[in-house]
Parts: sequence; structure tokens; C-alpha cells
Amino acid sequence: MGLELEIVQVFRSYNGNPILQDCSFAFASGRTYVLQGPNGSGKSTLFRTLALLEPPDRGRVEYRDGGRLLSASLQLRRRITLVLPSTGIFNTTVFANVAYGLKIRGITGAAREARVHDALVAVGLAHKKWQRAAELSSGETKRLGIARAMVINPEILMLDEPSANIDPANTEIIESIIVKMRQERQAAILMITHDPTQAQRLGDELLFMRDGRIVPA
Amino acid sequence: MQSILDGFAAAFGLIITFNPELWRIISLSIQVSGSALILATLLGLPVGAGLAMRRVPFKGVVISLLNTGMGLPPVAAGLFLYLFLSRSGPLGFMGLLYTPTAMIIAQCILAFPIVASLSHAAIANVDPVIRQAALTLGATPIQESLAVVKEARYAILAGVMAGLGRVMAEVGAILIVGGNIAGYTRVMTTTIALETDKGNFELAIALGIILLIISFAITVALRFLQRLGRTGTSAAAWA
Repeated sequence: MGLELEIVQVFRSYNGNPILQDCSFAFASGRTYVLQGPNGSGKSTLFRTLALLEPPDRGRVEYRDGGRLLSASLQLRRRITLVLPSTGIFNTTVFANVAYGLKIRGITGAAREARVHDALVAVGLAHKKWQRAAELSSGETKRLGIARAMVINPEILMLDEPSANIDPANTEIIESIIVKMRQERQAAILMITHDPTQAQRLGDELLFMRDGRIVPA
Repeated sequence: MQSILDGFAAAFGLIITFNPELWRIISLSIQVSGSALILATLLGLPVGAGLAMRRVPFKGVVISLLNTGMGLPPVAAGLFLYLFLSRSGPLGFMGLLYTPTAMIIAQCILAFPIVASLSHAAIANVDPVIRQAALTLGATPIQESLAVVKEARYAILAGVMAGLGRVMAEVGAILIVGGNIAGYTRVMTTTIALETDKGNFELAIALGIILLIISFAITVALRFLQRLGRTGTSAAAWA
């Protein structure tokens, strides 16, 4: 049994504009959920709420492990992660970016080096390990964001438009990484995309965001 | 014109022969300004970071006060510090007047608003997504703040260098609270003022040249740090 996530009657608004309205859904571990919907429909807000970056105005975001309800603690936050659409790359080397999640968990030395190396090999950036992250192309930056998330072995991985604004070659690499993660790890993957064919290729369950709620696509 | 040229020739002589008095004055200047800058950074960086990242009451007023402090006239700072440190002042019992410690405090008062204000601006300009990225990777609130500060490091360093430029060139405040005592509180700027008054241009010109070199070095370092912040690579920053 892995980490399970359920949202119950979640409401969220910005400046009086309702974004999430009575939004409820249960995500099982080990499955890939692909969320689609028009711009401004609340997909990214939902992901930030699920990632515990923003509390809902009303409603509950519940994480359970073996049926036991977990509190929204640092320990829980360290079992999940969200790759943001603009990635948020640190102004340092590719290696230091990927090592960050391990460093703040106190993982150092050879163990850290090996895990960073494996993640960089997985996303095809091992040869750019010591390059400045700011010098990467947009496709490589997206892959770096995924490597940074992969290296901490999240039990729930959220990807907000992981292949937006990048070329088909980089999209193919990112999709193969997602498929591999689903096969090799029992992580639940939640992903936002605007590409219906990509949703079909990757999703176990296809979801749609409509009127601030999640509905089956 | 000849006297000016003679002055320069004598000044170069003092520099290249490592004149003990000249180097003692330079050494004290660096000690006083360096200590003041370290203190101002230790105080100013957390204040700037706190203002940029946390909810602080009267934040706008505090930022306006710091911005005003950036242009604080050194003689005014020196005067008020003198009143505090003089025998009849509230801190007179400490016996700090006319000591290097008083000069360090005076320069710290001048550098603090610059470091705090420019650190605040540097950290406030960091893309908010950096903070979110640190949180999504499991950062604690302190680790999150450090990630943001680290992202602004080049701009913060530029602020610290600007503070150094301010204190190295300052004369009014340290003259008032230091007293310009030979071998004890006499630094480069106060010596230049005194020796020029006395008509002894050699030492004044030599110290002026050293000050100009330091000022040039600070300007080059500032430019380098600003470019480093934009490019992220030292090779491109030098270009």
C-alpha cells in the first residue's frame, strides 16, 4: 500500500473569483491520472493545493498511509512533490539543482552523488552535470525539473504541464521517463496536459476540470 | 604645476618603499571599514531578508526609513553618535569616544541602511517560483528562505560592495567620533583631510591614489557581480 490522496469538497478562490468549487476526488497509489481542461479552469490551483503549497478556503486535502490519516507535516511534504510549469530552476549547476532535495534531507557524500547521477542519466543530462542550469534549453530545463523530483523518490508525483512549449524530441524523452517511473516505482503520477493524444498515451485515468470540479473525461 | 608633479613623485616613493606610516594608516582603514561592513552585513542582511519574505508590521514605513538612511549625511550620523558617546551622553560611561570602536559603530550606522535596503530589493526581486520549487522539494521554512537568499546572492553581494564603497570613502562621521589621533584613529580619509590642510601633499596624494585604486576595485567588483547575477557564469561576467 502506498500513499493515497483524497480531496473532499475543496473550495478555493482568488480575489473573489471562485476557482475550485466543491471539488472532490480520490487518487489511488500506483496509477497515472491525467488532468485536462481549458486555461483558467483551476488545474494548477488544484495541484498547488494537493502539493500543500496553498491551503483550501474550505474542504479537506487528506493523505492516508495504510488507511491512517496523515497530518500536513514536513514529513508528509517530503513524500510528495510537484514539478511546476515554470520549473523554478536554481541559479547554480545542473548537479546542485538535482542534489538540492537530497541535501535538505541530510543525504550527503557518495550516496547523494550516486542518486543524482542516476537521475541525470534517466533524463539524459548526465553529460551536462557541471553546466550552469541557466544555460539549458527549455526542453532540458523541463527534464531537469523531472530529475530533481525523481531523485527524492516521491510517492506522489505531480507534473504541471511537463511537456508544454517544448519540441517533439524532448516531449518523447519526458513521456518515456514518466512511463518508466510508473513501471519501476509504485508512485501515483498526477499530470496536467493540453495534449489529448498525450493524455491517451500516458493516463490510466483521464480527468477533466470543469466549473472548478474534477469530472471523468 | 611642478609642485603637483613633485607631490605625485614623492607619493609614489612612499607607496613603493612601503612607508610604515602609510601602511599603518591603510591597515587601520581596512580594519575599521572591514569590521563596520561585517557588522552592517550581519545586521542588514537578516533585516532585508525579513522585510522581503515575511509579513512585517509597518513594512512600507521601515523600507522608506532604510531608503532614507542610504543618503544619511555622515556628519549628521557622526554628530548624533558623538552626543551619545560623549561623557555627558547616555553611552558616555562606555568610554568609546575617540576610539576605533566608535569609528566602526559610525561606519556601521552608515552602511547598515545600504546593505539592508539593497538586500531587501535583491531578495524581493527573486522569482516567487523559486520559493515554491524549494517547498515542493521538501524544504523547511528556513531552508526555503536560504534558497531564496542564495538565489539573490550576487545582488546582495553588490549591496555589500556598495556599503564598502560608502564607508571607505567616508570622512565626516569618523573624524567627529574618532578624533583623527595619529597612530590610533587616523585613517586614510581623515589623514588626507589633515595633510591637505597642513600643505603636506605627499602623504595625502599617496593615500588618495590608494583610495582611488580601492574605489576602482570596488566598481569593477560591482560590475562583475551584477553581470554574474545575469549570466550565472564567471567567464561571461568578465566579458
